[in-house]
Amino acid sequence: MSDAKQPIYLDYSATTPVDPRVAQKMIPYLTEQFGNPASRSHSYGWTAEEAVENAREEVAKLVNCDSKEIVWTSGATESINLALKGAANFYKTKGKHIITVKTEHKATLDTVRELERQGFEATYLDVKDDGLIDMSAFNAALRPDTILVSVMFVNNEIGVIQPIAEIGEICREKGIIFHVDAAQATGKVPVDLQALKVDLMSFSAHKTYGPKGMGALFVRRKPRIRLEAQMHGGGHERGFRSGTLATHQIVGMGEAFRIARLEMAAENERIRMLRDKLLDGIKDMEEVYVNGDLTHRVPHNLNISFNFVEGESLIMGIKELAVSSGSACTSASLEPSYVLRALGRNDELAHSSIRFTIGRFTTEQDIEFAIKLIKERIQKLRDMSPLWEMYKDGVDLNSVQWAAH
Amino acid sequence: MAYSNKVIDHYENPRNVGSFGKDEDGVATGMVGAPACGDVMKLQIKVGADGIIQDAKFKTYGCGSAIASSSLVTEWVKGKSIAEAGQIKNTQIAEELALPPVKIHCSILAEDAIKAAIADYQAKHGGALKEAAE
Repeated sequence: MSDAKQPIYLDYSATTPVDPRVAQKMIPYLTEQFGNPASRSHSYGWTAEEAVENAREEVAKLVNCDSKEIVWTSGATESINLALKGAANFYKTKGKHIITVKTEHKATLDTVRELERQGFEATYLDVKDDGLIDMSAFNAALRPDTILVSVMFVNNEIGVIQPIAEIGEICREKGIIFHVDAAQATGKVPVDLQALKVDLMSFSAHKTYGPKGMGALFVRRKPRIRLEAQMHGGGHERGFRSGTLATHQIVGMGEAFRIARLEMAAENERIRMLRDKLLDGIKDMEEVYVNGDLTHRVPHNLNISFNFVEGESLIMGIKELAVSSGSACTSASLEPSYVLRALGRNDELAHSSIRFTIGRFTTEQDIEFAIKLIKERIQKLRDMSPLWEMYKDGVDLNSVQWAAH
Repeated sequence: MAYSNKVIDHYENPRNVGSFGKDEDGVATGMVGAPACGDVMKLQIKVGADGIIQDAKFKTYGCGSAIASSSLVTEWVKGKSIAEAGQIKNTQIAEELALPPVKIHCSILAEDAIKAAIADYQAKHGGALKEAAE
């Protein structure tokens, strides 16, 4: 992957390549085994249905639930929409209050905003400086009319793991529906739905080496969770989600999750070693800050701010690496990451952050190349930065009267 | 970001990066922008006894087009009189670098940096070159 024209891919939290073993397994279901799994009258349909049910079994096994609790969707965004809108609308006679967190993915935040427009009330919890939920703030936010709580398992930007088990206990005791967005968690942290008191959980295939456009929603049967369907039609997926099943995509997700179950323990240790190597390689540079807690964190994520260097020029400076920036400078809005702002980072540090996410096909050489490049280019940009010069001269940047523009 | 080749060239090979000694003769400094807005430019000019800008240096914290805009103006002001340098317009900078619309503010900042450096020069050197600066 060190080809000069193709940058080294260190953006596995954005998406992953489909594992070649997964792609192999998918292909026959596009051509020979093309049947509609809902066809009951011939073998084309039966074969497709069997493949779909085997995949459902594999997804269920990774997260230790019953395969009857898995509903296929087009991805985590759809799963989250179905879970939140479906539960809120079904249980609206019980109350109208929803709790979520400021650092959630937009799929959750925007869905909750929509529910607010429909008349629900929402609390968006702050997080602590390390990115984790403050449980006392969570407890304080609970109301007698709270019907739904939605918290992500693993944050997509900073990789921190939220206290899902603890929140689940509280929600179950109070009879509140608990949804967890686990798009970034599968294959990274063990998920045990027999132990976790989670009612609804959203999954994505393409974050775990499966195909894009594929996801699933876990809907607990004991105690039984009801949802109002958001997609109406032929009554597929026990009425939860109508639409002809995409057999090849489902087969891909099943195989991807099967591989994750078998290989995640060894894979995560290898990836953790690479992440630690990357961190060790750059942590001695001056004025670098790791964003988010390092212990309650998935092994493949490193989010770092390089002070006195602006985010977009930083991305341009390390263009041999495919990484994400915490700054949306490439859009017209020039907005720093709302996740880093929620951690209490100032605009400058939020603007100068880079998310490195390591994955299955990252090599040690990739990391060594990245360390060397980062050090060299950050130095070049700092040599060009008047802020770095002032910092080196001992000027307190907060005391400077900046000319507004 | 779809940048022109000129922006990329100035970003990758910036001209005249650095600083003059603060007390060097004929040196004036313009610093504009703010860290919270995402760009700060420091432009320094070194003016000869004849009122001609002999040398210029810059340091910029900002995006690729902010760096390119300031690099470009250090090239442009060299050899110009104070008065001529004061005539450089942001539209010329934006046109030369083919800046996308969302980056026009970078060229405005570069023009402001020239004006700030000239103002600093005039403040330090009183009315000696007033005529030239008008």
